[in-house]
Amino acid sequence: MLSWWKHAARIVATILLGGLLGATLLRTAPGFGIDNEELDPRLNHASVVALRQNQPGGNLLSFYFHHLSRLVHGDLGTSRTFERPVSQLLRERAPETLKLVGLGLLVGWALALALALPAVMVRSRSMDLCTSVLSGILLCLPAALLGLLFVLTRAPVRLVLALIIFPKVFRYSRSLLARSASMPHVLTARAKGLSQLRILLWHVLPTAAPQLLALAGVSVSLAFAAAIPVEALCDLPGIGQLAWKAALGRDLYLLVNLTMIVTTVTLLANSAADLLAQSLTVNP
Amino acid sequence: MKKIFSLIVRLVCVLFVAAIAVGQTSNELRFCVKADPKTLNPLQVADDASETVRYLTGGVLLRVNRLTQEAEPELATSWKVTDGGKTITFKLRDGLHFSDGTPFSADDVAYTVQQLMDPALHSPTGDSFRSGEGKVLTSVAKGDRITITFPAPVAGLDKLFDQVAIMSARSPQKEKAVLGPYYLADWKAGSYLLLKRNPNYWKQDAAGHRLPLIDTVRIDVQQNRDTEMLRLLRGEIHFINSVDPESFDKLASENAAVVHDAGVSLDAEFMWFNQASKSPLPAYKQKWFHSTNFRRAISESINRADLARIAFRGHAQPGVGPISPANKVWFNTNLHAHPFDQRSALQRLAQDGFRLQDGKLRDSDGHNVEFSIMTNSGNKNRERMATMIQQDLSGIGITVNVVSLDFPSLIERMTRTFDYEACLLGLLNNDLDPNSQMNVWLSSADDHQWNPNEKTPETAWEAEIDKLMHAQAATLDLQKRKQYIDRLQQIAWEQEPFIYLVNRNALSAVSPSVQNAHPVVLRPQVYWNVDELSLRSEVASAK
Amino acid sequence: MMKSALTIAILLLASVVTACLFANFLTSSTYAHQFRDIPDSPPSHQHLLGTDDLGRDRFSRVLYGTRVSLLLAPAAALLSSLLAAVIGGIAGFAGGWTTRLVMAITDLFLSLPWLLLLITVRALMPLNVSPITSVIITFALLGCLGWAAAARVVCADARSLAQSDFVLLARASGAGGFRLLFRHVLPNLRPILFAQFWISVPVFILTEANLGILGLGVAEPLPSWGSLLRELENYSSLTAGPWQFVPLVLLIAVVSCFQIVLHKQELPV
Repeated sequence: MLSWWKHAARIVATILLGGLLGATLLRTAPGFGIDNEELDPRLNHASVVALRQNQPGGNLLSFYFHHLSRLVHGDLGTSRTFERPVSQLLRERAPETLKLVGLGLLVGWALALALALPAVMVRSRSMDLCTSVLSGILLCLPAALLGLLFVLTRAPVRLVLALIIFPKVFRYSRSLLARSASMPHVLTARAKGLSQLRILLWHVLPTAAPQLLALAGVSVSLAFAAAIPVEALCDLPGIGQLAWKAALGRDLYLLVNLTMIVTTVTLLANSAADLLAQSLTVNP
Repeated sequence: MKKIFSLIVRLVCVLFVAAIAVGQTSNELRFCVKADPKTLNPLQVADDASETVRYLTGGVLLRVNRLTQEAEPELATSWKVTDGGKTITFKLRDGLHFSDGTPFSADDVAYTVQQLMDPALHSPTGDSFRSGEGKVLTSVAKGDRITITFPAPVAGLDKLFDQVAIMSARSPQKEKAVLGPYYLADWKAGSYLLLKRNPNYWKQDAAGHRLPLIDTVRIDVQQNRDTEMLRLLRGEIHFINSVDPESFDKLASENAAVVHDAGVSLDAEFMWFNQASKSPLPAYKQKWFHSTNFRRAISESINRADLARIAFRGHAQPGVGPISPANKVWFNTNLHAHPFDQRSALQRLAQDGFRLQDGKLRDSDGHNVEFSIMTNSGNKNRERMATMIQQDLSGIGITVNVVSLDFPSLIERMTRTFDYEACLLGLLNNDLDPNSQMNVWLSSADDHQWNPNEKTPETAWEAEIDKLMHAQAATLDLQKRKQYIDRLQQIAWEQEPFIYLVNRNALSAVSPSVQNAHPVVLRPQVYWNVDELSLRSEVASAK
Repeated sequence: MMKSALTIAILLLASVVTACLFANFLTSSTYAHQFRDIPDSPPSHQHLLGTDDLGRDRFSRVLYGTRVSLLLAPAAALLSSLLAAVIGGIAGFAGGWTTRLVMAITDLFLSLPWLLLLITVRALMPLNVSPITSVIITFALLGCLGWAAAARVVCADARSLAQSDFVLLARASGAGGFRLLFRHVLPNLRPILFAQFWISVPVFILTEANLGILGLGVAEPLPSWGSLLRELENYSSLTAGPWQFVPLVLLIAVVSCFQIVLHKQELPV
């Protein structure tokens, strides 16, 4: 019971640290406190001065402390680039991103495993070659070009993320499974004449399971990272677009909240992967 | 027999309803904006999307016709500017109502003006009226006449009211009650805005039809320009207000009837050298940038014709000065773009002690002439121009480094740290009256980019410009104002604090199914007469 | 069939490397000169791949861009793989609170908005840096930031290796600490590290292209594969002509060829 609490406390501490570091990165970046509207030639001097003062200023630590105390009450602050409360923005846009990331991970993993498993079990060099070239092509295509091709062919734009995740997951999982398939006990099982499916399920996968789970956890944060440019380029109104605009617009409240959300998701995904992996290695 | 008959009747009814439904959905004007509007309060509009919503929903006292560039009566039937430009009296239409039914009267105009000029609000539109300190007085006479008195004369007072959307003083809906052709019916943040016809809109066209002719307007939030262009080609949207040169050529090759080049616009692209005394640049570089000979030489070494032809694919003209040639009233016709003459440039530089040795230009102390030009990334035209200028200046031995920065970093260097050497930017200008550039040319102002907020003018020509700007704002005599502004343009041409590069053309694209569209140079280029636009009802296009 | 594929791959790589090494002799025009009379022209005798939107010879730009990217991207990928190996290896091997601490740091690394750090680095650099310095700094930064994803997988790998039989044997025979790590564990991590390397090379090339938004990456007029690929990102250039796609095809070909040539190295010990 105590270990659960310690684990949870560690996660919370890391999330808070993540928020603080995100805020630090923003405060030290050039262009903080700048509003594009300053350049409007209609504004007189008093208005420009008022615009410049209208920034979340003060000490970074005191800002963060106040932000956290408001967070406990459910007030996430107001975004400067959108001029609306952050909680409202997140509520409106979260479903879009969840759909995108969910679909991307599902289809990406499905494709990756569908190609990696046969490649490893069949052990044909030419199939290896083809799948490598295919994943190589997808890795080299810029996301903007992919997005454009999808729009041109009227394909569902959400699958762009799947095509970005697929080659990375494929490469890693193929290496892991290949290594697992060449281990002594698998060779023994093959020599014994067991069916391919049995070898796969009972010998290859279990050995590679901890690493595959770690990969799954990491792929969640990779998916969120990739969702940012994909949403920005393909005009999907999700959280990724918010993150892009927050970084480029130096929007402190928005960025701090988004960093904490992404840190939470990453930590939860990786911890879940860790726990699953540990429980698998305990069971023989 | 009866069964077949009833079946046929039912089929006909369904088709009829479908045809009506299709007809209704095809009476929707669709276009895109780049982002969500930041505010729905017409007094605080500063970004493009908010201005779009304000144009479509706001009722104004008078409207500057974007085609003829003359002021036309709207909510006001007539007006008079008196007292040397300090007072304006409007006679208002009566019997009008806001979109929610609240009656419209002069009290609403008084309320709007008081809100607009509230110093705590810092409205950008309000700041255009703020020529001097003091309170703005409004007095209502007989319910349909209103007199507004400003503390100091305001140049071009009447046309400024094109930007003031009248709000209701009494309506419970506050800013949602509008007098324009449409009202905002639905807004899905990040996706689209839906505007529906204002049932209480008072205008009728010449034939007596109630305006607007189109029932709904759907504005999609779309940042990707390529997707926007594809959607136009597919018939999913009806127009693109502002098209960049490449997309223009691509659209023209697909369907020449779709694109419109309205000619040179009021927008200018220019570069300038950092002359701020607070800048951390080394003294020898500051000496270069302060020298008029240096700036004139750079200006003569840049091939403006190539910039217009290649960076803008021919859809631009070499720039002359602060006023674009499109501004026929105010442009000084005696001035022409600086010629491309590198020999003359080198002679000018020699006057300041610069020498060309081994293909490299050196100043009188032996420093190699090298500087950086910063511009905002994401704007392909500017990056191209900077690269072309890089090659042009290498012809006289100058090494130029092109730096693309994101906008906040750029503005920080420009206005806070002054840690930059040269900057290439542009100005989007929608106001014909040069008084709108007051904050750019006054040496004490914030937008005096090359050396903002000077306590006293640091050069004689800046002092003269200050005098000219003040003088043109203080008189209503058009001839005198023209003389002052001509002299301003002459000084700018001689001293080149801003090196004007090109004036862009106004490019737009309109689907052939939109009728009565006349794309022009002033914004909004295509939908300036939105209430008189109509859509050809094509059943096929509703797919 | 595989043998012939291997030969083809080696030949292709060799020709690409030679071509970009001798770029000066192969093209008469430099990559920077703008032939302003012929912007956007199709391939011809003088310009084998035509000219770009400013009239610069595309063939020279591809050659010089290959030189820049082919040198720097693998170097950055190597850096990130080494960092992932060391950090993940130590974490997985040490166990206990070291693992937890390093993994928490890795998770933070994955979640922070590094875009802002890159912007800050640009601000700290003087405005007048040469284009090649700017691109070297960019790739170095990418290498230092890109290790986090692989480190986690490496850690899980190292952990299961640490508990495996053959490591116990090695320990029993007296090997301990770093010796164990470097001589026995890391070689077994090769498959993951190679996968990380091959993924990083194109990812870094594409990221460098997108960093042009911040003023990082390559500065005009120096080309890189990334900046050449950015030309493809709008509809008008997509439909202009097939010669525009040469940088993309070249990137795919080079990445695939490297993979075929070094395929044997990826297999486990």
